[in-house]
This record gives sequence, structure tokens and C-alpha cells, in this order.
Amino acid sequence: MLRRASMLLACRPILAARARPFSTDLPAAPSADATFTEAWTKVIPNMDPPKTPLSFMQPRPPTPSSIPSKLTVNFVLPYASELATKEVDMVIVPATTGQMGVLPGHVATIAELKPGVLSVHEGSEMTKYFISSGFVFIHANSFADIIAVEAVPLDRLDVNLVQKGLAEFTSKLSSATTDLEKAEAQIGIDVHSALNSALTG
Amino acid sequence: MAMAALRREGRRLAPLISPRTITAVRSSPLYPTLEDEGPLGVRHISTQVVRNRMKSVKNIQKITKAMKMVAASKLRAIQTKTENSRGLWQPFTALLGDLPSADVKKNVVVTISSDKGLCGGINSTSVKISKGLHKLNSGPEKETKYVILGEKAKAQLVRDSKKDIELIITELQKNPLNYTQVSVLADEILKNVEYDALRIVFNKFQSVVSFVPTVSTVLSTEIVEREAESGGKLGDLDSYEVEGGETKGEILQNLAEFQFSCTMFNAVLENACSEQGARMSAMDSSSRNAGDMLDRLTLTYNRTRQASITTELIEIISGASALEG
Repeated sequence: MLRRASMLLACRPILAARARPFSTDLPAAPSADATFTEAWTKVIPNMDPPKTPLSFMQPRPPTPSSIPSKLTVNFVLPYASELATKEVDMVIVPATTGQMGVLPGHVATIAELKPGVLSVHEGSEMTKYFISSGFVFIHANSFADIIAVEAVPLDRLDVNLVQKGLAEFTSKLSSATTDLEKAEAQIGIDVHSALNSALTG
Repeated sequence: MAMAALRREGRRLAPLISPRTITAVRSSPLYPTLEDEGPLGVRHISTQVVRNRMKSVKNIQKITKAMKMVAASKLRAIQTKTENSRGLWQPFTALLGDLPSADVKKNVVVTISSDKGLCGGINSTSVKISKGLHKLNSGPEKETKYVILGEKAKAQLVRDSKKDIELIITELQKNPLNYTQVSVLADEILKNVEYDALRIVFNKFQSVVSFVPTVSTVLSTEIVEREAESGGKLGDLDSYEVEGGETKGEILQNLAEFQFSCTMFNAVLENACSEQGARMSAMDSSSRNAGDMLDRLTLTYNRTRQASITTELIEIISGASALEG
């Protein structure tokens, strides 16, 4: 019991200290949280309401009136945040409609990605990654969020394995019987041909 | 009567100075005069009971200390993964915001809990929050279903909400957690359960001693469009151009599913971290408790032992003085 009390005492000041800077920065968010918190306290008065993701996130800056000079990129994967709020000049993303270049001041967009090459241009240097599919959100305040499932730098890819994989999936497609097998084989072909063109092109 | 007493003392004196006591001394070097010998050398007060308790408490202390070390090493392994995955759900919340108070007809509460016990109160907290959400979203035409991950929540929720449970998934941590596994799970849930809003309840890992119950809401495409049209938080969603695909709805559907799998991945990792951290602190306080108990038992043991020595001495001395006098 004493341990629980001491844990609570440890929890409360930490949470109180953290909650204050966020609630002042994000004017819109607390209203949604507030409706939830009120509804909760009415129905379940004995328990503290659970926290929501908004209280754990840094707020995003509002849309500036003039186009900023740099694009801020967040490139996240399930296993790591490759780039976190990195300021770059341009990124080229492999959207389903083709390669899309994103500059600061780009119109707000939601785009789905297909397997392909993502290149990040910062000054004179360019970093390329091969990504499996994902999504890209471009916000009006020149923030770009790229979420992919897997991303590898191009020098980690082996040409021979790519050719082998492509041949394997082409044969699988020709021998596929059910729709599911055909779809899986088609996906394999798409990814491998994208890999191929990334390595050669 | 005094003679009878002396005779009694005399009978007790004889075994004391018998050769058996010497063997007893040799056999137990630590506590030479403490062995309860059995029918002949019966002492007044037995320390056997206290000694047995002390042995078992000491063993328990060793076990809980070992469990704490194991939990600490597992926590170290999974904590880096969790911190790396924290960036995953943030873009979705930045784009779509978080609307836990959205009014929907079909709620699904995904409760994440552990399979193993001895991890403090985190599973009970998750279950209480889930039940609270159920109560919050109850009303005419509204229904709340549960999807349960983990044995502990299953045990608690099956008792009174059995008809509301849609899916139960256990043995999540048999293999190390990875995104593929969680996305397959998310796919299963999305295929089998009709939903307007998915609320994932888990314990977010703040630090080794602090776990915050959190609920992440993922809304279905229709509700997102409804909220966007009505303005408010999602009002500027329409200003986003949607590239690719035949229809906007298709992309938004993919988006919702991707959002669900990403938030699930983070939630499962955070809950696993919280489980290990809670187990560490539970086992730590248990070892400390066992240590306190051991101290108290040692005091009792010493008191008992000293009392029995004193009684022996009194017997000897009074017997000797009776013989002299």
C-alpha cells in the first residue's frame, strides 16, 4: 500500500510537469480532450481518465504566411525514425502516380507510396533509400511525414538476388491458380522490378 | 513435591550430559546447542517451526530477485524498440488529430494486456479503463465490442462481458514482437470486426516506475469524412489533395488500416515494456518484503533460542544447587 502511494506520488508530479507545456502549445487539442475528460468524469467519477496520444506529441507549427525556405521531413519506420524534423531542400517520393518531387510550399497532399526510391536532397548531398510502400503526408506548413514499412539504403541491395527474385516471382505468376496466389506473385514482381530499376537506373 | 520436581530435573539432566549431546555439537557447527533431538533430548521451546519459515522466505526472496533481474534484462531489450517506434503514430495524429469523444454507433475496444501475471496492477487498470469506455459509449443504438489481446484481460472480461467479446488473441510474445506479426493481427481484426471507431487501450511506458493508461482512437473512413464535413478538428482535411488511386475513399481506407496497424504496433510494444517494468517493481518490493520478514523471523528465532538456553541453564543450575544443598 505504501509502495502504491509512493508510486502515485512519483507519477503525479511527473505527469503534471509534463502536461503543462503541452496544453498551452496546442490550443485546439485540449477541447477535444476536454469533452472526453468531462464525459469520462461524469460517467466514471472514481478513476482518472486515460491519456490520449495528443498529450504525448509535440505540436506542429501553424501554416506560415510566406513559403519557408526549407522543408521539414519526418521519415519514420516501425523500427526507427530515420529522419526526425530534418530540414532539407527537396524530397522525391515514389507515389503510386509516379515520382513526386516535394518542395517547401507544396500543396497539402496525402499520397500512397509504391515500392521505389526515395531521395532526400540537402544542399549538394543526396541520400537515396529504397522503400516498400507507405504513405506520405505533406502539410501546408511545409512539413512532410513519410511513413514506410521498410527502407534500405541502395548500397545494401544485391543485384543477383534481385534478378533471382524477379525470375522466381515471374514463374510463380505463370503457375498461379487462385486469385490470392496471383496477387502475391504480382506484388513480388512489382517490388523486384522496382528494385531492379532502382539499381540500374 | 520438591523431591518430585528434583527428580524431574534429574531425569532431564541425564540426557543433557549424555554423549549424544556431543555428537549433536559436532554435527551442527553453527548452532551447537540448538538441535531438537527427538524424544530423549526434548527442549522446552522448539525453533524448528521458525527455522522452516526462514528457509522458505529466503528461497522466495532469491526467486523474486531472480525474476526482477530477468524482467530488467527483457525490459532493456524491448525498451529501445519501443522508443524507436514512437515516431510511427505521430504523423497520423498530426494529420487526423485525435477524437476520443467522437460519437459513433459501433465502438470496438481493443484491450492490450499481458499473458503472464505477477506484474502489478497494469492489467487491472487496462480492464477498468476498457469497462469505463464501454460505459461511456453506451446508449440507444450504440454498441461496444471487445477485442482482447492477452490472457489476463481475457480472464477478467470473460467473467461479466462474455457476450460483448469478439476476438481473443493470446501468446503474443512467444516470438519477439515485430511489425509483420502485428500487421497480420490488425488485418484479422479489421476483417472480422465491424467498427466505426477502434479504441486501443494500453499502458504507455513513461519510465521504469510510471505507466500511464492511454487510449488511442482510430476512426473508420466514414466517420472521418463525417467529422471533416462538420468542421472542427478535421475540418481542414478536405484541403488535402489525395493523389493516386481511383477514388479518394480508397486511399483513405488504406490510410485508416495503415494507421490502425501502426498504432497497434506501438501500443503492443509500449504495453510489453510496461509489463516488464511493472514486474520489476513488483518483484523488487516483494524481495524487500521478504527481507523484512526474514529480519523479523530472525529476531523471533534468536529470542526463542536464547529463551531455551536460559531455561536449560536454569534447570542445570537449580538441579546442581539442589544436589549440593
